[in-house]
Amino acid sequence: MATATDEIHAPVTTPSDRAEPGSLGETIIDLKEVNVHYGSFHAVSGVNFKVPKNRITALIGPSGCGKSTVLRSINRMNDLVPGARVTGEINYHGVDLNSAKVDAVEVRRRIGMVFQKPNPFPKSIYENIAWGARINGIKGNMDERVERCLRGAALWDEVHDKLKESGLALSGGQQQRLCIARTLAINPDVILMDEPCSALDPISTLKIEDLMRELVRQYTIVIVTHNMQQAARVSDQTVFFSLNDKRQGVLVEAGPTREIFTKPRDQRTEDYITGRFG
Amino acid sequence: MARVEYVHELQELRDDVVAMASMTDKAIARSVDALKRQDVSLAREVMTADQYINNHRWQTEERALHLIATQAPMAGDLRTISAAIHITTDLERMADHAAGIAKIVIQTSNEPAIKPLVDIPRMCDIAREMLSASVSAYIDGNVEQAKAIALRDDEVDALNDQVYRELLTYMMADPLTINRATRLLWAAHNVERIADRVTNICEWVIFAVNGSLEEL
Repeated sequence: MATATDEIHAPVTTPSDRAEPGSLGETIIDLKEVNVHYGSFHAVSGVNFKVPKNRITALIGPSGCGKSTVLRSINRMNDLVPGARVTGEINYHGVDLNSAKVDAVEVRRRIGMVFQKPNPFPKSIYENIAWGARINGIKGNMDERVERCLRGAALWDEVHDKLKESGLALSGGQQQRLCIARTLAINPDVILMDEPCSALDPISTLKIEDLMRELVRQYTIVIVTHNMQQAARVSDQTVFFSLNDKRQGVLVEAGPTREIFTKPRDQRTEDYITGRFG
Repeated sequence: MARVEYVHELQELRDDVVAMASMTDKAIARSVDALKRQDVSLAREVMTADQYINNHRWQTEERALHLIATQAPMAGDLRTISAAIHITTDLERMADHAAGIAKIVIQTSNEPAIKPLVDIPRMCDIAREMLSASVSAYIDGNVEQAKAIALRDDEVDALNDQVYRELLTYMMADPLTINRATRLLWAAHNVERIADRVTNICEWVIFAVNGSLEEL
């Protein structure tokens, strides 16, 4: 029987191992004509793209172009924003997540989220992981689950002897990995990450990036990042957003990361990634 | 426009490539001139000047690597820098071929000329026209011009074949000409390789403009 230790020693894949140019594989989430309004303000217009399974998709673009808004739409987090309205289809395993018939809580269990600022619970390291699993009705050996999740987040070696200590006592990078471990505890399918490294130092950032490449063997990851080099390093697919002349966020170009960063099709993409933008 | 200094450095890199092309062109012209006139002194100057071309190559590559390390270039900028590295490598090799021709001049300085040279200088003229045009294509980002230049390599190849056939007849007629004729074959081969290298430059021009890697 495979153990938590077995997983950590499995070979780490790299973007080049996983994705041949032009071949991103099976689609797990399909966004069709997604529009987002905040009250009367039309924030995001007509977004269409596919999220491939077991790949990392990076959403990039200038500030205010709707990247995080689109990300939050995927797991219905925009439901929590007063006045927000998402239209269009967000198909996940054939189900439109945007449908009123779909349970948003169940969506968020299967499509987890890691935020820009690490936000561990004010609980022990152990409870940060166990509590979420418990309230979601997950049973079984909790000690083993905690260890597996901490190993999955590349944090076990650093905290295994202090699981009863507060999660808030960890460093920023460790806290963010704890948040990732917390997400893993409830068996997600997809992990959304909203600028997960922007509050971290360079070393912690690289550790999180290494972790992403390990996690993507089991999960699908969508990441919003302002760091283009990060998007180029870790992702298989890159989706570039910008603002149209009505100040609405629009999708300009999506494609294999290798192509987006070496020969983008759209001049707006070229201008942005070469820094000529603005 | 953002990144003014970076854009300026990219232009300086392009200028480096153009400057090196000019140095290489001069080396090629002088080497074949030395061959025509059996001018040993000029040949020695070509060989000495080769070190400056080598130094220029390293400086250009260093500038390119510095840009990569510090500016994280992407897309067209990355292709431009990559092309610059490859083009300077080809230019440096072309200059080596010119130095090779100069060395032949020195090696055959004690032997009488077999015949006035016509085809090898003609090959050299075409190769230099190709080089000049390829540099223009690089500056202008002209893909069609780059493709057209590459076609002229066939002219150089045809002249090289002609040189081979002609020198063969000389060698068969008079074995005493074998040494000099063989070295002239090498000289012609050096010019033929120069033209091949210009074709490489044209390929890199196309890559820099549209990202496609194609054999011309």
